[in-house]
Amino acid sequence: MRTITNTTPSATRPAWLARLGQRQRTQDLGPISLIVRFVALLGAGIFFGLPLLWLVLAPSKTDSQFLFANPLSFGSFARLGEAWANLLHYDNGVILKWTLNSVFYVVAAIIIQLAVTIPAGYTLATSRFAGRSLTLTLTLVTMVLPAAAVVLPNFLELNLFHLIDTPWAVILPAAFYPFGVYIAFIYYSVTLPKDLLAAGRLDGANEWQLFWNIGLPLARPLLGILTFLSFTANWNNFFGPYVFLQSDTNFNLPVGLYTLMSSTAALHPEFASELPIHRAELALTGVIMVLPVALVFLFAQRAISSGIITGSTRE
Amino acid sequence: MASVSLETATTPATRRRRAWWRPRASHFFLLPYAVFLLAFGVGPALYAVLISFAKFQDGTPQFFAAGLDNFGYALHDFRFAGAFAHVGTFLVLSVPLGVAGCVVLALLLHARTGWFATTMRTVYFLPGAVAGPALVLLAIFLIDPRISPFSPILHALGLRDNVQVVQTSHLPLLFTLIGFFGGAGGWIAIFYGALKGIAPELLEAATVDGATAWQSALYIKLPLISRFVTFMAILTFAANIQIFTEPTLIGAALSYASTVSPTWSPNQLGYTFAFTYGQFGAAAVVSLAMIAIGMGAAFLIIYGTKFYQTDVAE
Repeated sequence: MRTITNTTPSATRPAWLARLGQRQRTQDLGPISLIVRFVALLGAGIFFGLPLLWLVLAPSKTDSQFLFANPLSFGSFARLGEAWANLLHYDNGVILKWTLNSVFYVVAAIIIQLAVTIPAGYTLATSRFAGRSLTLTLTLVTMVLPAAAVVLPNFLELNLFHLIDTPWAVILPAAFYPFGVYIAFIYYSVTLPKDLLAAGRLDGANEWQLFWNIGLPLARPLLGILTFLSFTANWNNFFGPYVFLQSDTNFNLPVGLYTLMSSTAALHPEFASELPIHRAELALTGVIMVLPVALVFLFAQRAISSGIITGSTRE
Repeated sequence: MASVSLETATTPATRRRRAWWRPRASHFFLLPYAVFLLAFGVGPALYAVLISFAKFQDGTPQFFAAGLDNFGYALHDFRFAGAFAHVGTFLVLSVPLGVAGCVVLALLLHARTGWFATTMRTVYFLPGAVAGPALVLLAIFLIDPRISPFSPILHALGLRDNVQVVQTSHLPLLFTLIGFFGGAGGWIAIFYGALKGIAPELLEAATVDGATAWQSALYIKLPLISRFVTFMAILTFAANIQIFTEPTLIGAALSYASTVSPTWSPNQLGYTFAFTYGQFGAAAVVSLAMIAIGMGAAFLIIYGTKFYQTDVAE
């Protein structure tokens, strides 16, 4: 489109070439620096990119193709279909149950988390009350504390309430998301004009009406970022569910994949198993787990680099 | 200020009602979160303290019955020092290498704009989607010299099969590479976002003054993003010391190699105390150590780097 409307004087030069020449450079690099930079970045690109490419191709291969064919070759669609069928056949289609569980745990955690996080961030940003600074300090501390540190105490606590091996054992700890409260707090502090709330109060609106009519409609961008962060954090959650769940029909995909990896012959040459779970079936499970997050990531990367997260903390 | 004069328009009764309602409204909005904060943030830590002094009889805790027995049990276990030594080696490798790698890649990306940098940034970022068991599964494939796309490198290093690769002495480096593969892209994106926030005039001025690209990266860009670098170092340390998934899964999947101890990391040891021996008190002791280190990192970030602010609302 742009090439048509482009009226550069050098009509003989294609527009894209002209644009390439005009590309803004942050700093001029010498030829050696350019080569060093190119080699380093490309090397890193291979380190990060090659495994992903390999993983996507892996479910289409037979075990002998894994060993003897080019690692970056595609097997066949028939083998891919067979891997899918074998996976579905495993333990009466328990993989579908695991997938549904994963979706249910993640969606339930996100809904509860949003319902808890947004009013809390709103009220921390808009009012002063007893316990406010204590809540903020505890939020900061628990937000930086890695979730893995409290898995075992969480187990004992959930056990006290007889929630072990129920979906709630996974959902409730995952719905506690202090970083989300912090983001909502910063967001409301920056975007919600105090005068607007004061004006609303003068017009006779109560605090609930103010939140419902002013706070909540403003939260739309928050919903996106909080859902994204919570989804990526919980979709691949392993340590917690591994400790909190016992029956295989309650597993999520990560614990399910662990079961496949440790109890089939795919990675255990010494297991004499009739189960048709080989490397391709494992890789396919991996792809099923990775794909949703990868798609979300592609859309989110721009937002992160544009400084949504860093911007919220810049002085 | 204007509200003071207008406030007289409301009746005293309304004002009284509002005065009653306002602080309570805040608490009402905060209540659900406060419950979660208590139950899953503060509660587990306090409960771990309680459990660490408790004795268990038929699965029911008798609080304060154990005295310091659980601490003695955990500290004198022959695997306790080993687990912390393993994780110590892992931290010494993974934190500096990870931070340096991310900083260098972000600066190199930022040195020149264009399609190549944009594409590479996306390529670095995407493996973040591979986490948990999927990441470990991929790693198990990639370290197998018979099937890995990196087999030329593995062969050049004299590694012929995956049992050789997962030797005990290789594990810290292996876990470092796995963590870097999955985690670097997110940090690179954050550093890149911070680099983009640097005023272009500043960099132009440096160029005019004769600074080379390397000099401006080292003396201008790096200091300006150093807060983010410190932040990453502390968070990586606090997260990596918790390592559980990687050694557990590699150990289980390559159990025939039996080179990865089931108590390789402190969190694995805590898990073993709890679920193999039913020693929940000793498990709580390990958890307390993990929580204490995590809280230390948290306070360092909050009060040392001034990274998070709680006073923006004024």
